[in-house]
Parts: sequence; structure tokens; C-alpha cells
Amino acid sequence: MQTDMQTRVLITGGTSGLGLALVKELTARGARVAFVARTPERVAAVARESGAHGIVGDVAQKHDIHRIALQAAGLLGGLDVLVNNASDLGPTPLAMLGDTECEDFERALVTNVLGPFRLTKALLGSLAASAREGRGSVVLNISSDAAVNAYARWGAYGSSKAALAHLTRIWDEEMAAQGVKFLALDPGDMDTPMHALAIPDADPATLKQPGVAAREIADAIADLLPVALRRAS
Amino acid sequence: MIAADKPVQRSAESRLLHVDAVGRIHSAPRTALIELLRPGDVVIANDAATLPASLRGVHLQTGTEVEVRLAARAALAPHDVLRFRAIVFGPGDHRTRTEDRALPPPLAPGQRLQLGPLTAVIETVLGHPRLIELRFEGTTADVWAGLARHGRPIQYAHLPQPLELWDVWTPIAAQPVAYEPPSAGFALDWQLLAALAAKGVVFATITHAAGISSTGDPQLDRLLPFDEPYHIPLATEQALRRACRENRRAVAIGTTVVRALEHSAARFGAVVAGDGVAHQRIGAHTQLRVVDTILSGTHEPGTSHYDLLHAFAGARVLRRADRALDAAGFRTHEFGDSVLIERASERYSSETRRCEADANFRANARTGRAVRGAYTSRFLRPAHVVQEPGRLSSAGRLAGCCC
Repeated sequence: MQTDMQTRVLITGGTSGLGLALVKELTARGARVAFVARTPERVAAVARESGAHGIVGDVAQKHDIHRIALQAAGLLGGLDVLVNNASDLGPTPLAMLGDTECEDFERALVTNVLGPFRLTKALLGSLAASAREGRGSVVLNISSDAAVNAYARWGAYGSSKAALAHLTRIWDEEMAAQGVKFLALDPGDMDTPMHALAIPDADPATLKQPGVAAREIADAIADLLPVALRRAS
Repeated sequence: MIAADKPVQRSAESRLLHVDAVGRIHSAPRTALIELLRPGDVVIANDAATLPASLRGVHLQTGTEVEVRLAARAALAPHDVLRFRAIVFGPGDHRTRTEDRALPPPLAPGQRLQLGPLTAVIETVLGHPRLIELRFEGTTADVWAGLARHGRPIQYAHLPQPLELWDVWTPIAAQPVAYEPPSAGFALDWQLLAALAAKGVVFATITHAAGISSTGDPQLDRLLPFDEPYHIPLATEQALRRACRENRRAVAIGTTVVRALEHSAARFGAVVAGDGVAHQRIGAHTQLRVVDTILSGTHEPGTSHYDLLHAFAGARVLRRADRALDAAGFRTHEFGDSVLIERASERYSSETRRCEADANFRANARTGRAVRGAYTSRFLRPAHVVQEPGRLSSAGRLAGCCC
């Protein structure tokens, strides 16, 4: 049954890897979930399978941002949690900065920094409204250890994630008085299509399953909400 | 007045005309708004985001180009977006003055309109060749996706360049339920909200489906504003009750806030959290119960917005304010300058200044299913409310849903 107390969540990059695992995890915990991804067929398939609302859009496209925000706030009747998960690796295969095309760097910045900034700004009114109504309000930005450590060949991705982590801290500082909480989390090295793109010969046995990371992230979100998302059974 | 013809919400040149409770008038930069507010004031804004409610398309029966402007729906519920009341224009666009727009072809029930990816069926023609009720085909998600892809903000000839959603969403815009922006809220930004908090001013919101401001037809314009659904959060009810008890002011950001709060208070004795539908007209005859001061855009005489200001100040004072606006070159329309009008001291009545809702308003909720503005429990489905009034009162909180 839909009730006003169900947590309303939007997840970007929701059709693969960690995003898909989060769609499943949060839906299973009773949240009302909408997700964004670029490919209409994959959006339709995940929506069918998960029961979440699928929104076709690209967070790297300026003109898609308000269209995404409109559909998310419209379909869910508001928003309590935004998960900025969609990310771009920069050049693939990964390349040293000296070999990185500017266009690849730019795409990583637009997807990983500017896109989350724009989407958060477009949905800030909805998030603050949830906080005023005592529902709690959280923006979770998916970060990486590459945001902290200087790994060779991770220049575009690492610096964009470092910018995102800093952006998260400043948002949190500015919006604390309004009750909107911001958090950047590093999910660890996971067995996902993106990781395979970055390190094709990694042994999957050494990698975390995205479902495990999704549970940890859902717990972290639940800790920041007054009405906790049910723990996974 | 001069039309503001650029979509700039907060310009460094924005101005404010302040009319105080004894009719004194002075003009200031709009950045001085914070200085005109007092610690303890409750500032209430409309946090509705604006729909891309203008849809271009074709009347399939005749192949004629049309513009459909969504103008109202029954409730705010997110899933309830298949049926709208709408205004239909013939060929042309917003750059033609609304009053000069072509009529649509003769419309009749059952005819279809192809509006980009959306297909709508005309259900009823509402006594005027431009006014219809339509139903979208497809699912709720199809309608939201179609509006996102194809819809544009409603706009008028004074502002020729095409508007984007970001031009019309206020900084606090949340649930997309307004047809035109609650533009008094353009004066707000996050810096101002921080300054309000620092000064001890309380900030609260309502969500009100602000409707269209003009149809281009005098006969239709007389019907404006249409019925507008609204939602009042519990936090807003509580903030207003505390302020009322302590004799602190309620400052409304925009006419829609006045309409929602006064509707709720007229119905229940004081503002009560929940959903309602404002259908009253506010003007010189209205005894306000809640709002002490209004921040508004500058409005032309003859509009319903202008009429509403007469609930705050007498006609002579407002005429003086108009002359001051003209003389000082204030800009009008949604991206224009602002007025801050304190309710005149003679427009207070001790009989209607009440802080507590009627004791019997729960009875209203039980009998009110067919009545606009009916209240049901936030936690219970309407059927439970009717069957189990005991549970309703033990739930302690009466708030909205949508019968």
C-alpha cells in the first residue's frame, strides 16, 4: 500500500551496477523509488522487473535535468532522498593525464560533478520541503577511493570524484540549517560493468558484490532519516 | 507600468513598494525586504513547482494547429494527472497577445488532440469554445514523461523569448502542481532563507496549484481564478497557531498563499493541516482571518490578484500605491518588482482572529466527502475515516487526502 510515510527516492544510473542494486534494495525496503538512465529499453526492463518508476534521461545533458526533476517530483509527489550514482570513467581504457583527451575529461566532469550539482539544485526545493515536513532529507553522492588517493591513470575520474566529495561537504554546510543532509560514500571496488571497463582483468572473486554495497548504503541513508527504511530481511 | 520582459527572477535592480498599516508608502530596493520583517514573523511561501502546461499540437478532426494550456485538475495527487481542465487556442503562439489569439476549431466531446507524444480526448466542452475538460490516454508515467518532453511553460506576449522550466521554478519549487509560477516566490533565495533564520523569522510553506492568470477572453477571465487545490503541512499549521497565540505576524509570499490559508481558516476557524480546494474570491468584502501582510508582484487593476489586495488595504491607499508605482517606474508582470502590503489597522476584526480550529471540524470531515475541501486523516484511507471516526480522533492529526 502506498502511504505518505513511504520514503521517496530518486537514483541516477539505475539500470546497471550499484545503481541497479540500489533500486532493488530500496524498493525491497518499502521505499517508493524512481530511477534515471539513458537507454529507454533498459529503463523499461528495470522498471518492469523492480516495480520502480523509470525515467529516461541523461544527467550530463543540461536540458534533461528539469525534465528528470519534474518527473521524479511529479511521480513521487515529492522527494526525500536523492542518490547521485551515475558516473563516467573518463577515457577508457584508463589513460595517464598526459594521454587523456580533453573531451573525455570534460565528460567525466559534466557527469560526475556538474550533473549532480544541477540535479540537486533542481530538486533542492523538494528536498527542503521534506525536511520541513519532518520526513528527513538526504542527498547521497557516490564517491570513490580515487577521490582521495592519487592513482595513476585515474586522473579524470579521480579528480571529478574529489570535486564531488568537496561539493558534498559545502552543500552540507550550507543546507544543514534547512535540514537537508549531504553525504559522500565510497562503496569500494565492486563487480560492476564500470569496474570491468576500468580494470578488465580483475578477479571478480576479489571484488565486492554491488548488492552488498547497496545494503550498506541503504543503512547509511536510513541512519539519517527519522522514519527508518526497513532493514533488509 | 512597464512590463518586465526578461526572465530574471532576482535582479540587482528589483524594487519593493512598502505600504504600511496606516497607509504610508515608501519605496526601497527589494533586498531591503529582510529589514521590513520582524523577529517572530512567520513567512509562508507557496513551494509549488510549475508544470510545463502549454502543449502544442493538432486537433485531429480538422488537422488544425492548436495550443492547449492545462489550467486545473481536481487534486494534487501525483497519480491523478489524466484529467485536466484546459484552455484551447487556435494557430499561433504566445507572441500574439492572448486577447488576439485565434479561436480553436469547434470542439466537441470525443474529439482527439495530438499533443506531441501525448494523445488527449475531449471529454466535455465547458460552456465556452475555448474551455474543455480533457483526458490523456496512457498511464500516469506516460503523462509525466510526455509533459517533460513536450510541454513548455505557459507564457505571454510581454515576454517574447521562450521560457525554460528553470526560468519559472522558484528556488524553493518542490511538487510540480502550478500552471503558472507562484511568482512572488521569485524574491526568495537560499541566502534570504538563511537571513530569515538568523533574524528569528520563521519560514513555512504551503503547496498551492497556482492557476492561469489570463485566458484572453473577458467572459472566461471572469471565472478566474479557477478552483485551486492546495496542501498545508502540519509544520505550517503549528507555526501559524503558535504565532497567532503570541500575536506575531503571518506574512504571505503571494496571493496563492493568502487564498489557501484563508480558505482553510474560513472552513475550520483556524488554519488546519491537510488538503483542500480554494474556490473563494478574495477582495474588499473579505475579512481576513490569518494573513497580516502580503508580498506580491505588482498587478494591473481589474485582475483577480489586484482585487485580492483590497482585503489588505482600502481602495484609496491602493490608488495612491498605483500612482507611486507608476511615478517610480516599477516593472509589472511575473518577473517585475514587488509590493509589501501590511493589512490596514481598520481591517482587523476581533471576532475572526482565532488561533484554534473549530472543535467540530472533525464532523465536517465525516460529512464532507462530497464537499470541496474535505479533510481526512493523513494515515487512514478515506473509507476508514468514514467508518471509524474513533480511530480518526485517536490518530490525533487530521490531514489530507483527496476523496
